[in-house]
Amino acid sequence: MTVALIDYGSGNLRSAAKAVERVMGELGRMDHVTVTDDPDAVAKADRVILPGVGAFGDCRAGIAALDGMAEAIEDAIIIKGRPFLGICVGMQLMATVGREFGDHAGFGWLPGEVRALTPRDQSLKIPHMGWNTLSVGDHDHPVLAGLTDGHHAYFVHSYHFVPEDPAHLLAVTEYGGPVTAAVGRDNLVGTQFHPEKSQAVGLKLIKNFLNWKP
Amino acid sequence: MLKARVIPCLDVNEGRVVKGVNFVDLVDAGDPVEQARVYDAAGADELCFLDITASHENRDTIFDVVARTAEQCFMPLTVGGGVRTVEDIRKLLLAGADKVSINTAAVHNPDFVREASEKFGAQCIVVAVDAKRVDAQTGQPSPDGGRFEIFTHGGRKPTGIECISWAEKMADFGAGEILLTSMDRDGTKNGFDLPLTRAVADAVPIPVIASGGVGNLDHLVDGITQGHASAVLAASIFHFGTYSIQEAKAHMLAHGAPVRMDEAP
Repeated sequence: MTVALIDYGSGNLRSAAKAVERVMGELGRMDHVTVTDDPDAVAKADRVILPGVGAFGDCRAGIAALDGMAEAIEDAIIIKGRPFLGICVGMQLMATVGREFGDHAGFGWLPGEVRALTPRDQSLKIPHMGWNTLSVGDHDHPVLAGLTDGHHAYFVHSYHFVPEDPAHLLAVTEYGGPVTAAVGRDNLVGTQFHPEKSQAVGLKLIKNFLNWKP
Repeated sequence: MLKARVIPCLDVNEGRVVKGVNFVDLVDAGDPVEQARVYDAAGADELCFLDITASHENRDTIFDVVARTAEQCFMPLTVGGGVRTVEDIRKLLLAGADKVSINTAAVHNPDFVREASEKFGAQCIVVAVDAKRVDAQTGQPSPDGGRFEIFTHGGRKPTGIECISWAEKMADFGAGEILLTSMDRDGTKNGFDLPLTRAVADAVPIPVIASGGVGNLDHLVDGITQGHASAVLAASIFHFGTYSIQEAKAHMLAHGAPVRMDEAP
């Protein structure tokens, strides 16, 4: 088994890779984690993780700058149905469009848009930064197994994904109104928070992802 | 709801923790990575390394410390001290830091903050602001002074820059967070400078971390409830084992400063 973390010149790749390696060690699995900008490696991977920090358009452009990468991702994830985890901006890229610093097309895997956080309480700080509680409702998504309402995850973002189809919304948090915390459908899942920075809660989610058979 | 963060800070010199090593059961109590692991297990919300290594030749040690910490600690890690160039930031982020804190370089060249934020994103750019009270008339440092000014070089060098407008400017230039230290209170254990903290926190749209002066757990509460900070940073009360992270959090929770107290999933 191989897990590919896509390196497009942004992202806290080392943190994410180390978190995945730690969980594999706990699971006693011999999987291979590769941090890669090589489309072939992504095409061959059994699972794909797209981390991301920075602006939506920059991340999208970073992927576009890697010859053949967008096609390899599309092939592995949409055609072959390999499990995909998007983190933060990596999750937001699943949307149709992102509206940070102008409009940018996303992958369009989940209809919806990425828009600025506009908390009702104007005194709330932007970015939304720190540990906030998750509400998973009555979803029983395998990747969120063991995570319950009130568990905390680490967020740092100024934009969030608003999916058109409520069925794609897997978890929310509260910050002057509901804020998307996790989305998904079929073999796709994404978190706005950083599982690689969310201590036990985050490592549990990564473990779930590695065990997931969508 | 979003919780107030409790952030222990470790002073690191040439790869070793400088002050405060009262932890038991550590293989090597001077190793920042060992201490980071203790704080991680204790439920600290973030960790801050302040690299006080003076000579530039020995700076590489901090990259090694950050890399080894990132292998074992799955919480946000901020590194400050001597961050002067885009290349410094890139190397720290690649090593595994999540945020870098910029202090003197921001004062010398505010556009560096803008450049760093545009390149790496506001979320990883913390601007450290060291403020001191000065007399409004004479401009001389005075613990009772009504004006706050920015100092560099650990509070020794005045800049003449007014603190509140400076913090606003840094937020405008793309800082994602302000790490605000009262040089008057630092090391005194008399608590945060609450009027300073509140003035800055209320003025900027980004989170403010209160720092300087924590001596007891009420001070942590005050920093959040009265200072309006989003996070509190402390060094000695944790290092010397006066209080544990859990004691601090339980106290904050009981006194109106909501913090994260998670059961493992």
